[in-house]
Amino acid sequence: MLTIPQVGADLRAKKYSAVDLCMQCVKNIEEKNSELNAVLEIFSDWEIQAREADEKISKGETSPMCGIPVIIKDNILFIDHHVSAASKILENYTATYSATVIEKLRDAGAIILGRANMDEFAMGSSTENSAYGVVKNPYDLERVAGGSSGGSAVCVSSGFCIASLGTDTAGSIRQPASFCGVVGFKSSYGLTSRYGAIAMGNSLDQIGPIAKTVEDAEIVQGCIGGYDKKDANSVKEELKPKEKEIKVLGVPWNEIRKEGVNIEVLENFENTVKKLENAGYKIVDISMPNMSYSLAAYYILMPAEVSTNLSRFDGIRYGLRAEGENLFDVYANTKAQGFGPETRRRVILGAYVLSHGYYDAYYRKALLVRDLIKKEFNEAFKNVDAILSPTAPTPAFKIGEKTKDPVAMYLSDIFTVPANIAGLPAISIPNGFNKDGLPLDIHLVADFGQDKSVFSFGKSFEGLQ
Amino acid sequence: MEKKDIEALAKLARVNLTEDEKTSFAQDMGSILAYVDRIREVATEDRPAEIGQVHNIFRDDMPKEYDVKQVENIKNQFPDRDGDYLKVKSIL
Repeated sequence: MLTIPQVGADLRAKKYSAVDLCMQCVKNIEEKNSELNAVLEIFSDWEIQAREADEKISKGETSPMCGIPVIIKDNILFIDHHVSAASKILENYTATYSATVIEKLRDAGAIILGRANMDEFAMGSSTENSAYGVVKNPYDLERVAGGSSGGSAVCVSSGFCIASLGTDTAGSIRQPASFCGVVGFKSSYGLTSRYGAIAMGNSLDQIGPIAKTVEDAEIVQGCIGGYDKKDANSVKEELKPKEKEIKVLGVPWNEIRKEGVNIEVLENFENTVKKLENAGYKIVDISMPNMSYSLAAYYILMPAEVSTNLSRFDGIRYGLRAEGENLFDVYANTKAQGFGPETRRRVILGAYVLSHGYYDAYYRKALLVRDLIKKEFNEAFKNVDAILSPTAPTPAFKIGEKTKDPVAMYLSDIFTVPANIAGLPAISIPNGFNKDGLPLDIHLVADFGQDKSVFSFGKSFEGLQ
Repeated sequence: MEKKDIEALAKLARVNLTEDEKTSFAQDMGSILAYVDRIREVATEDRPAEIGQVHNIFRDDMPKEYDVKQVENIKNQFPDRDGDYLKVKSIL
């Protein structure tokens, strides 16, 4: 398998060059993307970037990311390159600066090969809400790739790049990674800069890696993470808690069993828990009754933040401008033509939960519930080192299966969203297949700042398979 | 939620909707609100919510020099321009 350390060794042994490797990735994209629809654009300067990487390596560059082709989700800014958040409203938009994570990757010598399809403005759990068409699952073309970083997950799964970047607001890295049989990681909130990511829900969003192995995800995260003064919520290194080894795993059985989990997912998970117990981990049945309210709180907090964030796309300073009789019509027509239905639905929901008379009942109440969920996690981490569950309640579902029922779609994030609500590090790791050959997974959440411990656990877990 | 509520919210949010969307959004909003309403079951203390370890960091509001190319890139994003000016509909 072409992992990041393997590619690094091969490039330094001159088995092939970064240009050769990127050319192979481009070839794979040209062959398979017409059916998968995971890549929106291959950046025209990839060869220049790859040549620079080859030069750096010949001069002794030691960064493990040097020469690694990376595809980025279409909501992360790379200066002088198109970025659209998979929306018509930004169809012809060119980034005027680079995200901090992109600057870090470029400084290390990584090649930003292209941009990946996604749900419009990252709103969705299946990449069916892109203005540029549905992304298909490489394991079964009739099924979704998950979302919202569906394109990024497929790119890694299908050999379009070595690793990719996604963003995760409720599970948007981890759930598509799970559906496509790859690793997805979200850091503790504030440990990865959000500067240059097109915001959906600022208090929840984190950029993170999708990769083939836990080690690869850790290498990418090592490159993109860290304090950034350009991110107002960035956490300084010295404020991070000390890392501890993960030995005791909490399993909220009651919550897992009541959420309508697919039988094969549940059996696979139960077997995995036994396997971990045999491997010497202590398993503790924990009760987290408030955790189940995470998704309900999320569908108040997120639309509130969305309606505020997306008000800037009004056709005035950049992006699409639709014509109108007066200024109000310019705004309203621009949003009608530029935003897809799910985006408008969430903007309107946000306007509702923030409106006079409902603010206390919804938004303020959701903040109080969020606080309670954080406390519940803090209590749990007094007794366990991390919390284990499946990533998603089902394997990849059929295209169109949930598009008519927004709540059924939202429930895809039931196990991943608590980590965003509480700002905790979390990972999804491939864990076998169901009888139809669809990838299954496990999901681990640890205490704030225990990001390295999550990777250590992940690597040990891969060793057990 | 009724169609007229959706119309009022759409106006607040400055978004035009088609007649079909107004009807379907009213239904969707009903099912979403029915789901999120469950947070009312949670007993919370009535005090301002804490945001945990993370808090806002402010910077001084100072003008910053940008290079000519970057300024031009920003101006190139204007949907309509007249030289260095951004063109918009008259406000009054």
